[in-house]
Amino acid sequence: MSDNGNIVTLRNVTKSYRRGSQLVPVLEDISFAIRSGEFLALMGPSGSGKSTLLNLIAGIDKVDSGSIEIGGCEITTLGDAELAGWRALNVGFVFQFYNLIPVLTAYENVELPLLLTGLSRRERREHVEAALEIVNLADRMDHRPSQLSGGQQQRVAIARAVVTDPAILVADEPTGDLDRVSAGEILALMDQLVQDFHKTIIMVTHDPRAAEKAHVIRHLEKGLLTDG
Amino acid sequence: MFMVKYILRNAFRHKLRSLLTVTGVAIAILAFGLLRTLVGLWYLGVESSSSTRLVTRNAISLVFSLPISYKERIRQIPGVTRVGAMNWFGGIYVTEKNFFPNFAVEPRAYLDLYPEFLLTPEEQKGFVLDRQGAVVGRKLAAKYGWKLGDRVVLKGTIFPGQWEFVIRGIYRGAQRSTDETQFFFNWDYLNETLRRTIPRRADQVGIFVVGVSNPEQAAEVAQAIDTRFKNSLAETMSETEKAFQLSFVAMTEAIMIAIKIVSYVVIVIIMVVAANTMAMTARERIAEYATLKTLGFRWHHIAGAVFGESLFIAILGGVAGVMGTFPVASVIEKELSQFFPVFHVTTATTLLQLAAAAIVGVTASIFPTWRASTIRIADGLRRIG
Ligand SMILES: Nc1ncnc2c1ncn2[C@@H]1O[C@H](COP(=O)(O)OP(=O)(O)OP(=O)(O)O)[C@@H](O)[C@H]1O
Ligand SMILES: [Mg+2]
Repeated sequence: MSDNGNIVTLRNVTKSYRRGSQLVPVLEDISFAIRSGEFLALMGPSGSGKSTLLNLIAGIDKVDSGSIEIGGCEITTLGDAELAGWRALNVGFVFQFYNLIPVLTAYENVELPLLLTGLSRRERREHVEAALEIVNLADRMDHRPSQLSGGQQQRVAIARAVVTDPAILVADEPTGDLDRVSAGEILALMDQLVQDFHKTIIMVTHDPRAAEKAHVIRHLEKGLLTDG
Repeated sequence: MFMVKYILRNAFRHKLRSLLTVTGVAIAILAFGLLRTLVGLWYLGVESSSSTRLVTRNAISLVFSLPISYKERIRQIPGVTRVGAMNWFGGIYVTEKNFFPNFAVEPRAYLDLYPEFLLTPEEQKGFVLDRQGAVVGRKLAAKYGWKLGDRVVLKGTIFPGQWEFVIRGIYRGAQRSTDETQFFFNWDYLNETLRRTIPRRADQVGIFVVGVSNPEQAAEVAQAIDTRFKNSLAETMSETEKAFQLSFVAMTEAIMIAIKIVSYVVIVIIMVVAANTMAMTARERIAEYATLKTLGFRWHHIAGAVFGESLFIAILGGVAGVMGTFPVASVIEKELSQFFPVFHVTTATTLLQLAAAAIVGVTASIFPTWRASTIRIADGLRRIG
């Protein structure tokens, strides 16, 4: 972690996609920092590049130029294998459509990231149970995703995201597919993760109510960051 | 451990689809096994033929005969142990549908020359002593319910008339591959009847089966026989029994090659079908594989999952196909024994079937494995919803 308390620092990040022969710029010269323990909401119209930016920070996509430093590590210089290892240790993911594996139980889904660590079966069990405890679904661990409601599935996904105890959580419209009540529960949970577990959360959202929970809101407009 | 669980659960995710794929592979492997067995059978007669036996026939063609007087002259050639006359009889039992090979043979010589036909000493004696005696294979006897002492009438085609025989022996084959559907009777019975009815056709022999003392000298002995009858009225053509059998096989070899090709075509078809199914399955799961990659799983984990599932389904179908082959083969053996006296699935065929199933699994997984393992995470995740 850098001394100035910033856990994430982006410097002059650009990203464009190729569409046929054309190069379509998505992010242009983005620079900003996120403080450790911050709950940041990223807003903006559809197609403005929010998901793209989030993917870059989470290390599942590559910048065209610029640098991204996370917890003292310059991730833009990492190769695919190193990046995969880095992600597994440092970032938790929450998706709009939960992205649970349908053939695995809630328990097995949460256990997934731990399979890549050297933990014993017993240690894994302790971690998984603790994570499911946090999201209040310990009694549902043997259920398959199809046997759970959307809100419950998203809570399983959050348990999976925190089970390796990463410093950062990224969430792409985590309430986008949920009703108000379930969405409220998820937001409360994320709030709790920041308050009690000192996680740093970067959340893309269209929902003003979700944004309200955040400490900082940033707007992305046509690939440019505008402060909010 | 996790991978095994994940592969197994994925394999049964779409129960109907998996069931259809497994069934398809099973049927293809079953058909492949039966066709291979059929081809193998064709050459079996050749392989099970003895290298200590020669066949001497008329040099012009099999339809021309040789005088019985040749027998003594052949026996005098050095290296020859025994000579037996034999005629293809071509008799029909009740109706033409009941086809089985039947020959007129010289009992004593024949029993010596063909040790692979197992008979008790009493049966042998009965056959030798009874002019109208006949020896039949165990399967043939079972098919028509013949017992020792039964009278059997064959209708002659090449040799007109109703020919009555008495079953004196029922032989077992010494090997699994020995044909147990043949019918032999006393050559003297045929010849003496002809002397009375059609004298000009008497004392004529279709082939001589010649025993040689040393298989390594078979070629020289054959040569010596043919030299002996050079420039005589009926020149001979002698060859090993194996070569003789091959000359029959050669006629139908083109058909056998066609069947061989078909057996591989069946495998190629199921390969394409399985590949399509696997590609469809992997495509549906792209977002899921991208999620796993997001969590830190590597391309080889994903490749292993897709490959393992494809291989598992193919092997499952392969095993089902192999297990189905045996009962089907024994039904064929029972119901179509006139065409396939022994329809025995060899271990080699079974192994070939399993190998074919594995190849189907591997090939079917190549494209989907490559797709799933090389998908960029960000692209894969966009596929959701
Ligand atoms: N793999 C890709 N290939 C081509 N263009 C892409 C690709 N990924 C994203 N884009 C384009 O980049 C732009 C930003 O996409 P992005 O998904 O980041 O938007 P977003 O802000 O998350 O939108 P939404 O709110 O609808 O999710 C869009 O115009 C999109 O079409
Ligand atoms: Mg988006």
